Amino acid sequence: MTEKITVALAGNPNVGKTSIFNAITGSKQHVGNWPGVTVERKIGKRVYNDVMMEIVDLPGTYSLTAYSLDEIIARDFIIEEKPDVVVQVIDATNLERNLYLTTQLMELGVRLVIALNMTDLALAKGDNIDEKKMQEFLEVPVVSTIGSKGNGIEGLLEAAIDELHKTRVTENVFTYDDQIEENVEKLRAVLESDPYFAHYPSRWFSLKLLEGDENIIKKAKESNSYSEIQKIMNQTDAEILEAKVADQRYKTIQTMLRQVCNINTSHLSGSDMVDRVVTNKVLGIPIFLSLMWAAFEVTFTFGTPFMNIIDIFFGWLAETATNVISVPWLASLVGEGMIAGVGSVIIFLPNILLLFFMISLMEDSGYMSRAAFIMDKVMSKFGLHGKSFIPLVMGFGCNVPAIMAARTIEDSRDRLITILVAPFISCGARLPVYILLAGAFFGRDAGVVIFGLYALGIMVAVLSAKLMRSTILKGEDTPFIMELPSYKLPTLKGSLIHMWERGKIYLKKAGTIILIGVVGVWLLASIPAPGSNGTFASEEVYGTTKSVIGMIGQVLEPLVAPLGFDWKIAVALVFGVVAKEIVVGSMGVLYGVGEDEESLSNILAAGAMTPLAALGLMVFTLLYVPCFACIGVIKRETGSWKWTLFQLIYGTSLAWGFAFVIYQGGTRMGLLA
Amino acid sequence: MLGIPTKSKHTKGHNMNEKTLDFIEPETSVKVLKVTGQKSSRKRILDMGLTPGTRVDVIRRAPLGDPVEFKLKGYNLSLRKREAETVLVEVLK
Repeated sequence: MTEKITVALAGNPNVGKTSIFNAITGSKQHVGNWPGVTVERKIGKRVYNDVMMEIVDLPGTYSLTAYSLDEIIARDFIIEEKPDVVVQVIDATNLERNLYLTTQLMELGVRLVIALNMTDLALAKGDNIDEKKMQEFLEVPVVSTIGSKGNGIEGLLEAAIDELHKTRVTENVFTYDDQIEENVEKLRAVLESDPYFAHYPSRWFSLKLLEGDENIIKKAKESNSYSEIQKIMNQTDAEILEAKVADQRYKTIQTMLRQVCNINTSHLSGSDMVDRVVTNKVLGIPIFLSLMWAAFEVTFTFGTPFMNIIDIFFGWLAETATNVISVPWLASLVGEGMIAGVGSVIIFLPNILLLFFMISLMEDSGYMSRAAFIMDKVMSKFGLHGKSFIPLVMGFGCNVPAIMAARTIEDSRDRLITILVAPFISCGARLPVYILLAGAFFGRDAGVVIFGLYALGIMVAVLSAKLMRSTILKGEDTPFIMELPSYKLPTLKGSLIHMWERGKIYLKKAGTIILIGVVGVWLLASIPAPGSNGTFASEEVYGTTKSVIGMIGQVLEPLVAPLGFDWKIAVALVFGVVAKEIVVGSMGVLYGVGEDEESLSNILAAGAMTPLAALGLMVFTLLYVPCFACIGVIKRETGSWKWTLFQLIYGTSLAWGFAFVIYQGGTRMGLLA
Repeated sequence: MLGIPTKSKHTKGHNMNEKTLDFIEPETSVKVLKVTGQKSSRKRILDMGLTPGTRVDVIRRAPLGDPVEFKLKGYNLSLRKREAETVLVEVLK
């Protein structure tokens, strides 16, 4: 029988942890979330020398404090789940800061193995690292690796297995000044005499208590020894101690580094030279905008032919199915319900894959942090992070990949706000609605109207962000402390894996919700309304007054009447939740002109609705409930129905409010009459 | 060389070289004296290596003036002015 062990992968952000993870596990990975939070958790498997290893990728962290969700997750996993071995991936070109986390992992008393990664880059930079000496100093195995090429992985796995069979590890390689040590010893004595703490590494726990770590104090409060603990804690000033601890950790690291390596600090690195251009005062913004334009073009222009093929294919499939199946209602269910539903899920895949390929290139190369650096000033005005810019811009193409792109934002509150406001950015699917209505009602001014709608979308998004930041998502401002990692060449394999992962998540998690939504609307449109004598899913019922959806439209009519909409518009808006461009198609059907957009615009302009109502309808289409695909990804990315529902209600209320003001206000003032 | 002048009193303003990090012009080098500010941001800034005595090079401001990029301990870090304001430094000649 093979041995089964758990290996946790820890490390700073941007140290090539993902490439090590990919190199160890290959394609055997499972991407999910940490329980109860939206931080991503990746687990992979690897069998090596008859040992079955489960590799858990911990969030990338610089430290293990209680101030960031990522750090709490990483340390709780280590303390509570007790992985057999922890592998810390270290960027060999950036030893000093990376070893800061090492000091804390060692204090946790875990069996630690260090993967000294990117040794090729350190060598090229002119750094000389003596791994053997480092190993002696730290009393921890050090294996050099090049994750992007898969070098050193077997040695790393071997070291991890060896480490398991060693006797107990030492946990106090790092010592502090006498005063701190004295208090740590006092606390340890208390902790070790109380079985409640047997589960925790006592040295680390004592230090955290002295540092005033809220999370740890909370745990200690539940014990019987808390009063005793408190007495010792009160003897020290947490603020001074915390600075001292950080300082002394770095000092020890510096002492060690002087002996184990020779770091070349003399010359300007390649990265610094690139940054002189890329984040330059004059060139920085134009370069950023051109890259954004390129990413946008690749995502949406390159994606279009694939989307057309998918559209044609599913259209053909639906038609064939409808023709082949002789029972009319079944034909409609399969054709217009299920096949169209699956099609509406898959149609977004090209955009999502392409966008994540581009995002992966930007993240892996290190440019993403520069983009945030350049845009942060603008975004911070609205209570957002520099990294919120990219998701919002991508929203002009499609809100679905845009919402998924919010994953690049580390802070969970910034991410949530970005997700909630992203649907207000006017996506490509709303354009057909604008073109039809603006064309029918505003003639030569159609361009101005459409431009205005785009501007309104941006305004609503940023002002909503500001509003949410100062109301429902208030709280201590997250400090902006962002590393600008040195530039690296992204690998094709890494980007492809990343792209495929995102695609898979979309299909699995969001796909279900989209499918249920689409089939649900089909059912509403097909079931004859009570009292009407139509047959289920027949053409005379589908989507008309004789169907349930028609009935819903009539029920909704009083609600939308103040906006100048009739029941037909209400029904079209319900259909629009399937996909916004459907608003046009269903209006065609409801006004009895089928797919012919010209006759539809003639009917509308001839008096079916007023120009003000049309303007209101465009604004309503922009702001109300986004499509099922959006709802699906909002749920998937926020992990919460509560926030999903909040977005829907907030957006729809805004839509109603704006349309109301436009129609009622405009009518009273005699505008556009 | 790595002395830690944590005990110095800054309120008196004897030393004209003492400033907060947000006031330092690019292409200047400074030494960290103290990190103030709210607990969570203070701890994070310390964790990133801005401990007293550390040499920090101010590299550049973002094209729009904020945030600011620094180099310390061989890596590059950016802070908004609001965070940089909490770091008390001494300009190195």
